[in-house]
Amino acid sequence: MKVPLKWLGEYVDINLPAQELARRLTMAGTEVDAILTTGREWEKISVAQVVGVSPHPNADRLRLATVELGGEQMTVVCGAPNVAPGQKVAFARLGAELIDGHSGQPTILKAAKIRGVESAGMVCSEKELGLSDSHEGILVLPEDAPVGMPLGQYLGDTILDLDVTPNRPDCLSVLGIAREVAALSGGSVREPPGDYQELGQPIKERVRVEIADRDLCPRYCAALIEGVQIGPSPPWMQERLVAAGVRPISNVVDITNYVMLEVGQPLHSFDFSLISDRKIIVRRARPGEVMVTLDGTDRPLNHDMLVIADAKEAVAVAGLMGGAASEVSENATAILLESANFNPASIRRTSTALKLRTDASARFEKGLNPELAMVAIRRAVRLMLELAGGRAAEGIIDVYPGKRRETRITVTQERLRRVLGLQLPTPQVRQTLVSLGFGCRWVPPDRYVVRVPYWRTDVHIPDDVAEELARIIGYGELPTTTLSGAIPPAQPQPSRELRERVRDILAAAGMQEVITYSLTNLESLAKVLPPEELSQRPPLRVTNPMSYQQEYLRTTLRASLLETLASNLRHAQRRIALFEVGRVYLPRPEELPHEVESLAGVGTGDQPDRWRQPRGEPVDLYDAKAYLELLFNRLGLAVSYHDSEDFALVPGRTAEVRLDGQRVGLVGQVHPRVAASFDIEQDVYLFEVNLETLVPQVGKPRLYQSLSRFPAVEEDIAIVVDEGVTAAQVQAIVEAFSLVQRAALFDVYTGPPVPAGKKSLAYAISYQSLDHTLTDAEVDRERRRILERLSREVGAVLRG
Amino acid sequence: MILPQLQELKEIEDKARTELAAVSDEEALESWRIAHLGRRSRLNIILRGLASLPIEERRQVGAAANRLRLELEEMLSQRQAQLREATVTAVVERGRLDVTLPGRPLAIGRLHPVTQALRDILAAFVSMGFQVFEGPEVEWDHYNFEAVRIPKDHPARDMWDTLWIDYVRNDEYPMLLRTHTSPMQIRVMEQMQPPVRIVSPGKCYRHEATDPTHEWMHTQVEGLAVDENISMADLKGTLYEFARRLFGRERRVRFRCDYFPFVEPGADMSIDCPLCDGQGCRACGNSGWIEILGAGMVHPEVLANVGYDAERYTGFAFGLGVERVAMLRHGIEDIRLFYANDLRFLEQF
Repeated sequence: MKVPLKWLGEYVDINLPAQELARRLTMAGTEVDAILTTGREWEKISVAQVVGVSPHPNADRLRLATVELGGEQMTVVCGAPNVAPGQKVAFARLGAELIDGHSGQPTILKAAKIRGVESAGMVCSEKELGLSDSHEGILVLPEDAPVGMPLGQYLGDTILDLDVTPNRPDCLSVLGIAREVAALSGGSVREPPGDYQELGQPIKERVRVEIADRDLCPRYCAALIEGVQIGPSPPWMQERLVAAGVRPISNVVDITNYVMLEVGQPLHSFDFSLISDRKIIVRRARPGEVMVTLDGTDRPLNHDMLVIADAKEAVAVAGLMGGAASEVSENATAILLESANFNPASIRRTSTALKLRTDASARFEKGLNPELAMVAIRRAVRLMLELAGGRAAEGIIDVYPGKRRETRITVTQERLRRVLGLQLPTPQVRQTLVSLGFGCRWVPPDRYVVRVPYWRTDVHIPDDVAEELARIIGYGELPTTTLSGAIPPAQPQPSRELRERVRDILAAAGMQEVITYSLTNLESLAKVLPPEELSQRPPLRVTNPMSYQQEYLRTTLRASLLETLASNLRHAQRRIALFEVGRVYLPRPEELPHEVESLAGVGTGDQPDRWRQPRGEPVDLYDAKAYLELLFNRLGLAVSYHDSEDFALVPGRTAEVRLDGQRVGLVGQVHPRVAASFDIEQDVYLFEVNLETLVPQVGKPRLYQSLSRFPAVEEDIAIVVDEGVTAAQVQAIVEAFSLVQRAALFDVYTGPPVPAGKKSLAYAISYQSLDHTLTDAEVDRERRRILERLSREVGAVLRG
Repeated sequence: MILPQLQELKEIEDKARTELAAVSDEEALESWRIAHLGRRSRLNIILRGLASLPIEERRQVGAAANRLRLELEEMLSQRQAQLREATVTAVVERGRLDVTLPGRPLAIGRLHPVTQALRDILAAFVSMGFQVFEGPEVEWDHYNFEAVRIPKDHPARDMWDTLWIDYVRNDEYPMLLRTHTSPMQIRVMEQMQPPVRIVSPGKCYRHEATDPTHEWMHTQVEGLAVDENISMADLKGTLYEFARRLFGRERRVRFRCDYFPFVEPGADMSIDCPLCDGQGCRACGNSGWIEILGAGMVHPEVLANVGYDAERYTGFAFGLGVERVAMLRHGIEDIRLFYANDLRFLEQF
């Protein structure tokens, strides 16, 4: 909402600088986005009077105008047809910046001879001044314009650009802002006059109005003015409309817009001669009904939409836009003026359905009080008679099925204190509310009865009154305290704690955390998930995505992580290790999706050497595993790794991570085909962990193992097994022996002299007892048993 | 008359001193020891010959010889220490390094700047007795809008452009990506009775074109405190303390009236711009103030919606954008950098 200060000043004395006014409005809830000033660009342009007009000696269509400005006279060449002696005009001296009348571009006025006559400046049109597109003639200023005054001073204005919150439709009007200003600066409001003479026939004999759907139209007021003369509205009104951002059209249309901006009530004018049977019916649209609106668009209507119709057809979409058929043209002489109130939700639904938002719908959908309709129509009729002539019919039609009771709220002193944290003195409460137009009666011993003015449709409950008081007094004036009540008992948050620990561990391990978008697309998901999974459990889709790239809720972190890796590889060929902890969204029938906290990591590139150069050793599966081993170690979870397969990973280089027999994650090399689909041409390793499955397992305190006071016996054993035997199998067997305190694999070897198809595994074994020093015999016996069992279970042979 | 042995002792001493001065390593020192203190040294011969001297001479020569032996031993051990010290010094000297060379590469991992900012925000509230609760990002219309007083066809819905899930029930789309964390107010209060003091972080989504200050996915922190006797003054005090913890004790704050359907009175809080100290700059639109959160007293209808006694309990709620906090802290001018995940950006934090 744009509010020109000159206009605002008509309803309230402005005794504050614009900056301070803006600050107070902002603090009180109506944010001033910008303070605009017009006229600053009008340097070297001032008010002048035309003192003589004579023909141009060399051109029929040009004339020479002599203007006077402050004792100085100048003669210029003028092409405007409407220049006449006695006029007050805007005169630009050489060097002034103007808008070129033809090109619309800014230009500097230079000295020029036009058809042999030197022109000392220019008498400007509205377009040249940037006021409007009108270039047919010069701008004629009001007769009382002071000659010699800089135009910026005379016509310029300061405009507040306000960001009005949806609860305050009253502030979508200059009068509404005036009421705020009055309350915030101690002034009083001058209501615009709405009285006029009714010289015409009784309106009841001329028009009938019927509301068929009373739930959607609480009030409909209509007035009739006959004998009007359509023409441009006066400059002062046009200036105000332009300053407020509305294009002037004609006096009748401008008046409806002006009153809407002035008091906040949208109005509509019909050419009465085009209203069939002189009858207005407010009804729901008929199925299949179509209407052409003022903007020339065909509007298919339906039964949920309210229309204004005459005896034959719809003539306006209620509260949104009039129909082209009954538009007020320049030939209109009788104007039927509508000022109505419509159901806000219905207006909003219709506006959404038609994808049509207008200044009118923006006000109606926020809920106006029906009382406003009568105030506005009287004001508009008065302006019509003043500016377009004609006679007003006697009376105003007022169909008012939705009359409401005035809102009265009982507010206790105690409630105000509880909400605001301070006890306001009674006189301050009353004075503040009265300054906003509220009524306030103190009812001893402890309460107020507050009467809400009709224009405030947002105040219903005592806390609303508290806000009114606080915002006018100033939030800064309220006390500042700290919470004093009991701190609620702590609730465990294992899932969150686990997630944050995981983040810390992986970052400490040298991985970079990333956060990627939750929405992705099917193509990306299809790169990393098997087709049957996508078809059997399709991801959730957004009905109104911003782009097809972000249409589906991800069911895996893989795709976005690989995309992030790929985009980083484009400008950095080096070792990269990324992880993300985030949710994936698994659909469930008739329920919100299961949002699973997940972890995924990817790594690629060469290990760096001493000088951070690639060492020529690309990361491999065991680098990826290292992160998981560190993670599970730090979390105190004993997991195992098992050969596995996955759509996106290389067979034989994929391991499933199990915890107590349950699958909790996966690690492996991304299949080169999959990597290539992300434009990655190098080896990439990936791991995934379902954090949710870990939650019940973590957080258990680790049990202490006592330290032996007796010496350990260390020895190395190398065995030869089939290549198919895994290290984990051997490890498990060795560790199962009670005297084995530790068994560390330190070499894996294939090749001669180990026979083909076999491998050698070497372990450093530490034997130790908690209660005595082991003898050589004991160690020998234990070793023999280990070898026997290895031989029995995995066919191991001691390597000689 | 001076005894000849005494004369000799004098010569021994002079010779030992002269030679010791020339000793420059441990090997030479050992030779010196053997020459002057060894079994076959002249001094030892004198000492061994003492027994054959007359008593008076024996006493004189013996005293002098023993004194000389102690002296030479002392000289030996001093010289030994000197030589060892010199050796160590030489080793150290040879081992000088260019301490400005970089250390061996160790991969440095980092947390995402949003994670870092979020942790600091939560920590500030946790230290004031707030607990962290989390909830779903995919929500029902009921929680996201209806229960927080934003019914269908309410113009306030324009404040939250919504991404709807393709799931139809009763001819409507009841499921959406939450546009704010405020539904957590309802979810938390449904689960617990006052006193409530929680913060709820999480991702939110808007159907919004992106630009340097708008991102369709963002992270919010919702806060809620409900108890007997909570007032606007507590709201102000709590959020003021939060702002100072996060942005520095010298920060000033400003509360102004604002509108959110689920609070009454409604407010927003600005801090004086940390980049220009409130003088006015590009980041604060020359106003000197930067809005960092929306807040207000929980609307009594919201309390009633979850079955709380709205006469007995009051409370405040707030919501703040984590990216905005991170942007302010680091002087980041484009919010889109956060989820572009360019390592050149992420590795700066």
